[in-house]
Amino acid sequence: MSAPVDNYIALSAVLFFIGVVGVIVRRNPLIMLMSIELLFNAANLALVTYARAWVNNAGHIFAFLVITVAAAEAAIGLAIVAVTFRRSPRVDVDEVATLKG
Amino acid sequence: MIGFWILSVVLIASAVFCITAKKPVYSVVGLLANFIALAAMYLTLQAEFLAVMQIVVYSGAILILFVFVIALLSSGVRPFDVGPDKAPRIAIPAILFGVVALGIIVVTAIRSNPVVVKPTGQDTGDAFAFGSVANFGSALFTTNLLPFEVTAFILMVAIVGVVLIAGDEGPGGVVRRKKKRAIEREPILRRAQDDRGRKVTR
Repeated sequence: MSAPVDNYIALSAVLFFIGVVGVIVRRNPLIMLMSIELLFNAANLALVTYARAWVNNAGHIFAFLVITVAAAEAAIGLAIVAVTFRRSPRVDVDEVATLKG
Repeated sequence: MIGFWILSVVLIASAVFCITAKKPVYSVVGLLANFIALAAMYLTLQAEFLAVMQIVVYSGAILILFVFVIALLSSGVRPFDVGPDKAPRIAIPAILFGVVALGIIVVTAIRSNPVVVKPTGQDTGDAFAFGSVANFGSALFTTNLLPFEVTAFILMVAIVGVVLIAGDEGPGGVVRRKKKRAIEREPILRRAQDDRGRKVTR
């Protein structure tokens, strides 16, 4: 371990912050999905950091499961984007309100 | 130590590029750099297996999925239109709120009790060293077998869901399939009208 834990955690927080800003500000659904991937990665970095700090495998296992769930999430999200695009050429996340009560 | 700083600069720069790029393809390139730098960061944390999985699954599978969707959506008769690009009135409050939350996280992380990093106590060349494939696999298939099986179920549900959602007929495709067989295959624009429930003129 070359750098102290705090540096890794701060870096993870910065990456998470960038991802949150991306999700909130951008309107392109593809870029929003990519920002969600950034969030997953920031969380994974924190998990792996603490797994290394307390030499414990559980953090690795959990990060692995997060990667798997992220793959499933990306597949479903992209399918939804594709279907939305098929229904109308304009894919604006604010206008997709069919399910709104 | 110097590697950590180089990698963190690459990570932050590529993440910022990813969320600020105009076109989704550029975002994918930024995300690719981010994933690879993160895999290198995992190596500095002795998570060798996870570093490989990061490259294989993220850069290999998920990003290719993104590229495919971008290519397919942009190559049709219609351009990929996302409307007005940003929401400028949201940007300033979002960034302000985010900076405050970030400050809280960083200050808490620094002021809390320092975590003493334990040595792994093994040579990195050892086959069962911390973070190696053997170490990871034995933990995954013994202690954490149930989460592993649940993951398989999640993946299967995701596959079925994607096929149902994005199948040829769209949502509710099974019901609509008979109708569609009756009419001959029509161009995509008119099929989109059919999806919205309007009458299709033939």
